[in-house]
Amino acid sequence: MSSTRLKILAIATVAFLAIGFGMAFFWTPLDADQGFKQKIFYLHVPLAIVALIGFMAAGVEGIRHLRSGDSRHDVNSYIFIHLSVVFGVAVLITGAIWAKASWGHWWVWEEPTLVSFLIVFLMYCTYYPFRYAIEDRDQQARYASVFAITAGAFVPLNFMAVRMADSIIHPRVFATSEGGLPDSMLFTFLVCMVGMGLLWLTLVKVEMAGKQASGQVSRLRRALNTDAGSSSVSGRIAPNMEVS
Amino acid sequence: MTPSRTAFMAILGKDLRTELRTMRSLPAMILFAITTFIIFRFGLDRISLSGSLAGGVLWTTLLFAAILGINRIFVSEREEGGFDSFRLAPVDRTVLFLAKAAALFIYLSVLQLIVVPTFAVFFLDQWAGLVPLMLVLAGANLGIAAIGTLISSMAVNSRARDLLVPLLLLPLVIPLMIAATGASAPLFDVGGPSYDDFGQWLLVMGLYDGVFCLVGYAVFDFLLED
Repeated sequence: MSSTRLKILAIATVAFLAIGFGMAFFWTPLDADQGFKQKIFYLHVPLAIVALIGFMAAGVEGIRHLRSGDSRHDVNSYIFIHLSVVFGVAVLITGAIWAKASWGHWWVWEEPTLVSFLIVFLMYCTYYPFRYAIEDRDQQARYASVFAITAGAFVPLNFMAVRMADSIIHPRVFATSEGGLPDSMLFTFLVCMVGMGLLWLTLVKVEMAGKQASGQVSRLRRALNTDAGSSSVSGRIAPNMEVS
Repeated sequence: MTPSRTAFMAILGKDLRTELRTMRSLPAMILFAITTFIIFRFGLDRISLSGSLAGGVLWTTLLFAAILGINRIFVSEREEGGFDSFRLAPVDRTVLFLAKAAALFIYLSVLQLIVVPTFAVFFLDQWAGLVPLMLVLAGANLGIAAIGTLISSMAVNSRARDLLVPLLLLPLVIPLMIAATGASAPLFDVGGPSYDDFGQWLLVMGLYDGVFCLVGYAVFDFLLED
């Protein structure tokens, strides 16, 4: 990815998010039940949806890596999980703030979506210690893909089981008894959703460029100086893009 | 018998024979479970349990005891070179997954054969719920065997095996534990077993078992490559 395209992507991200949040604050009507507090919906829900899509996409990249043996897919899978975990932290924090504002508690166990998200988040947090505990690089990539696939299959099952175990008190913003979101709120939500998706994509591209650069650096370093001791330190911490 | 079937029986027989002769896993699992009951007795300060408390204590104990066994299922293969010999053998690699999962299923069943009656003697006032509980145990065992074998084979080749198995396994079995406790809690009710949502939870367990048996079957090949 050239730096111009990355720049365009970054500008589009900022524009969409700024317009989306601007519309959320100044254009959409106040929610009848929750009032101003409901505005966090435009941040929390897109973050959560993008994070979950990222986890699922990591599983798909895992399958593609195992099928093709191309390490690029493994790097993608790593980056997807990495960014979704970062987004996941934001989801849990914004979720706790929303819970405090709406129900008076920072954490609400009766809320199946938040609890499921926490379980999924904890599951993906184990990706890092697991990955770094394997020394051989090909084996590391293969095992990480197996993890991504297993965890990807686990996500929907987990949401189903947690939802069945609890009563549902989550604010049903999309489908209320009055028949769902007004058009202005839905449109604003979609703009925020696109903005958040673009933010994710931009960060993926930045991360990928970083991996490519460090892969190139270590390749050059190997070519210049075949001192084995100094070459593989960064490779063990995170996969590098060896194929450009 | 097809070659896969022969290999399956050979590996399963070898595992069970080794366990019978060395007693490496099962006695530890049983002792661990019974000691945990005593800790729960004092931790909760109860001498009899019912309802969801009974279900929770039973499943927490069984799960943690199972982790002890799961930690060990591939250790001998790695230390004594079983993986290398298996790679040389002209049989389908998923046979190893199936045989190990079957061995784990048998370990868990033997564990429960001893531990669940002990639990009933220690804590339960009426034992009528134990018969339908066997269905729940079988469903959960299948799921734990599939996912446990997969996780164990992933962790055994890493540097931090003992740490990784519980770390990876616990979040993964949460849906299974939700279903198992959901199905067992009404069985331990004070007034005799009731069957609220029993079928629904069994269905969830069946779905979980199916998904992770298939995932394990599909990806196990890649864990054995060298």
